[in-house]
Amino acid sequence: MDLNEFFRMGGYAGYVWTSYGLTALVLLLNWLAARRCEAREQESARRRSSTD
Amino acid sequence: MWLWFHKLASPPHAYRVLGKLAPWFGWPALGLILLATWWGLVKAPADYQQGDAFRILYVHAPTAWMSMFIYVVMAVAAAVGLIWRIKLAHAAAAAAAPIGASFTFLALATGSIWGKPMWGTWWVWDARLTSELILLFLYLGYMALRSSFDDPQRADRASAVLAIVGVINVPIIHYSVEWWTTLHQPASVTKFDKPSIAIEMLYPLFIMIVGLQLYFGWAISRRLRGEILRRERNASWLKEAR
Repeated sequence: MDLNEFFRMGGYAGYVWTSYGLTALVLLLNWLAARRCEAREQESARRRSSTD
Repeated sequence: MWLWFHKLASPPHAYRVLGKLAPWFGWPALGLILLATWWGLVKAPADYQQGDAFRILYVHAPTAWMSMFIYVVMAVAAAVGLIWRIKLAHAAAAAAAPIGASFTFLALATGSIWGKPMWGTWWVWDARLTSELILLFLYLGYMALRSSFDDPQRADRASAVLAIVGVINVPIIHYSVEWWTTLHQPASVTKFDKPSIAIEMLYPLFIMIVGLQLYFGWAISRRLRGEILRRERNASWLKEAR
């Protein structure tokens, strides 16, 4: 497979790569946010139980 | 059966089960999404009309489908919470909202990026696009409404009503391409007869949808665990759980 051809996406490179890039970015951010949401509450639960 | 259900819906039990389930969603999700991306970008042949631009389909259609699916999940959870007063169901609805909103954003954004080369415009105010935009506002409204209450029980009830009323928008999105004339192409996969799309082009689409379903399963498990901890801040089981 010709890599240059692949990245050119038949002239639609900007549209195709932006769509896939944006999707990857949002899925990644969602992944981080979900983990942080859980970790934050775990941390605050830990702190509460150690103070009383 | 009822006893079993109560055990399942009890916060400590749900917290434990979700923690065990999450990796079983997460890893297959990652694998399937990567597989579908490779298949859609490399292996699938270019469309005879749209060329390589059609590859946007593999991120656009699954995210659009997920945006509606998650909304229905959220509305059903909210209804269960409202009717049977199950707090866990309200928590699940609250956990689903941000994930659904992000998929709605993706569906709109990738659709817009696809629309530019194919229709010659980023945006038109037609039925499909407008109803999907309303879906985004429903998600955002739901989240804003929740955060405007200090009392979680009142937030649960008020936001549940909004979620349930808003579900009317989901069939409107789905049928918008049939009820109104629009630029958006009609459904080519979810038809009762034969899908009007080549079967080789469909595999990556289905793999992506399953991958995103699992991704949603993972994300809602994590968020719901956080939500449970926040709601059960004073419960005694928290100390034993660790």
